[in-house]
Amino acid sequence: MDDIIKRNPLRSLIIAILIAVFLWLVFAPWPPELVAKWGRKQIFLNALLGGITLGALYFLVAAGFTLIFGLMRVVNLAHGSLFLLGGYLGYEIASLTGSWFIAFPVVFLVVGLLGLLMQRFIFSKMEGEELRQTLVSIGISIVLADLMLWLWGGQSYSILAPGFLTGPMELPIINSINASTGATNWLRYPAVRIWILIAAIVIGVAMWLVLNRTALGMLIRAGVDDREMLAASGVRIQLVFLAVFGFGAGLAGMAGIIGGTFQSLSPGEDTRFLLASLVVVIVGGMGSIVGAALGSLIIGVTEQMGFVYAPTYSVVFTFLIMAAVLAFRPQGLLGARR
Amino acid sequence: MAMTDHAPRFVNRADQKLWFERIPAPWWALAVVLLFLPVVANSFWLFQVMGWTFILGMIGLSLMFLAGYGGMVSLLQMTVAGMAGYMVAILGNSGTVTVSLGLSWWIVLPAAFLIAALFATVSGALAVRTEGIYTIMITLAIAAAFFYFTRQNYTIFNGYSGFNLVLPPQLFGVNWREPVPFYYLSLALAALSYGTVVYVSRSPFGLALQGVRDNPRRMAALGFNVTAHRVAAYALASVFASAGGILLVWQNAQIAPGTIGMSAAIDVLVVAVVGGMRRPLGPFIGAFIYVILQVFSPDILGFFGFSAERFKLIIGLGFLAVVLFSPDGVLGLWDRWRARRRQQQDQLSGGGAA
Repeated sequence: MDDIIKRNPLRSLIIAILIAVFLWLVFAPWPPELVAKWGRKQIFLNALLGGITLGALYFLVAAGFTLIFGLMRVVNLAHGSLFLLGGYLGYEIASLTGSWFIAFPVVFLVVGLLGLLMQRFIFSKMEGEELRQTLVSIGISIVLADLMLWLWGGQSYSILAPGFLTGPMELPIINSINASTGATNWLRYPAVRIWILIAAIVIGVAMWLVLNRTALGMLIRAGVDDREMLAASGVRIQLVFLAVFGFGAGLAGMAGIIGGTFQSLSPGEDTRFLLASLVVVIVGGMGSIVGAALGSLIIGVTEQMGFVYAPTYSVVFTFLIMAAVLAFRPQGLLGARR
Repeated sequence: MAMTDHAPRFVNRADQKLWFERIPAPWWALAVVLLFLPVVANSFWLFQVMGWTFILGMIGLSLMFLAGYGGMVSLLQMTVAGMAGYMVAILGNSGTVTVSLGLSWWIVLPAAFLIAALFATVSGALAVRTEGIYTIMITLAIAAAFFYFTRQNYTIFNGYSGFNLVLPPQLFGVNWREPVPFYYLSLALAALSYGTVVYVSRSPFGLALQGVRDNPRRMAALGFNVTAHRVAAYALASVFASAGGILLVWQNAQIAPGTIGMSAAIDVLVVAVVGGMRRPLGPFIGAFIYVILQVFSPDILGFFGFSAERFKLIIGLGFLAVVLFSPDGVLGLWDRWRARRRQQQDQLSGGGAA
């Protein structure tokens, strides 16, 4: 760390100043001039937190996508459909059993099983034919999208969160200070979004630990680097592929429940989340979990900030970030050159 | 058509066939059928079925050119077509007078082609920074970004509702939206695009592009600028897509974000893959199958007791079947069938009858 600072003193200084300004914007009460220029602090904080929690959701979808891509070179363009399918199934299970929590393991298993079947019977048959695999995944996404439209129709569904997750919670961030009484107004934010953020962080850290600290993770990382050598050294790589594909698909399905809880489910959400995963992994770097986390955070915050401060051009910001990354670092921020 | 497979033969001028003798008879038959179709077909067939086939075929052709000769599967071609269509609506006349500039056609059309080509070139320059399946992901992301942008932006693209009453200019006193003139217009443009692709594929540029597709490193070592060839291919392909896009706007008399949505972008891919991406004829065959399915699916589905909305399911399943069992599309099936028949004939005649 010291070394990096010594080598790039100017860049480090700029980054340190930016971080300080950002922390000040978040934690300090805003002076009236700033409020006059940018609007109330609450709007900014809401956009920021909305972006971070949206990023958490993007991460859950994109993590499976990037893992599958990194290991198997399969661009699974049906990933968004798995997300939407998980959401619809979660809605059915939650309204059938009345329990939001039961939906998670069931959806993980069902959608994960679907992923296993896809890998076992389709993608593994055409290993190495990347373009064909991608085309097949497009075909699967068309079929799944229409089947879901058939079964669940065009209206939008919302999954109800359990009681203790509904309502706002207070965060230790100053929203504003009442000028006459001097009382501090703390920021209140929907509890469910905060818990989803915490869950995403826990899942992300767990994935990182499994990948970097366990024997299975070692196999997966070795497979990402060189799957022929791994197979040659006696590992039954097809089993590793199956496990990763099933896990990635199941994760997308669970993300669907979360997406249905804090937004809504309707036809078209599948392409929206597929696009989000694509942009996230292009920005973060293909096959990298940390890259997916970073990319989700950047894209989520940019999208929400754009919605609040420049509604007509919010998509353009996301796109400009992607274009800039492609222009200057085609392998993604944390991707390895292959 | 696959002229590049043959070594050049040197023959005497006297032995050389005249140009019309070198075109095989089935092509002449096809040309005659297409030229005289208006005599027998009604306006629904001319305008809806054939017009739409040519339009979709041209947009698919631009994808086929990039994918088949350049090895770049781009999901951007519908967006390029939409860009040209939007430019016609924005610069020319439309029902939305607040946005449309109402310039005359001889400014609007070249400007639409130019802007779409510029858009395709810039996006292509971004996309060619990566290779293979990454290209699909990036072009899909660009296409989606443009779709969401047109839906949100009201100052230029008039947001959700888009533009309606976009009519072709009354050139030479002809209403080009009448079925017969529109049929001939789209046929002429489709034939021109087809001919251009066939010509370019045999030109030095096209051969170099195919070299880049097969082995970029070797082409780079030979002194070819790989990136420039790929970007130029995007620019050239944009012309066919733009022609299709402008015709599409005139045919529907309107354009909205839904025209260039994700499903439309994927439809173009479906059309090109189902027809076959090896040869320029493929996209037109794929487009014809797609349009026929689309137009007659209510009847067919109703016959089997399904609702007419399940059209996408048929398209998806058909696409899956083609990708799984015949990756080079319907044309690939045809080639294999001919090869097998020839083999059988050879066995019967003791072989050697070439």
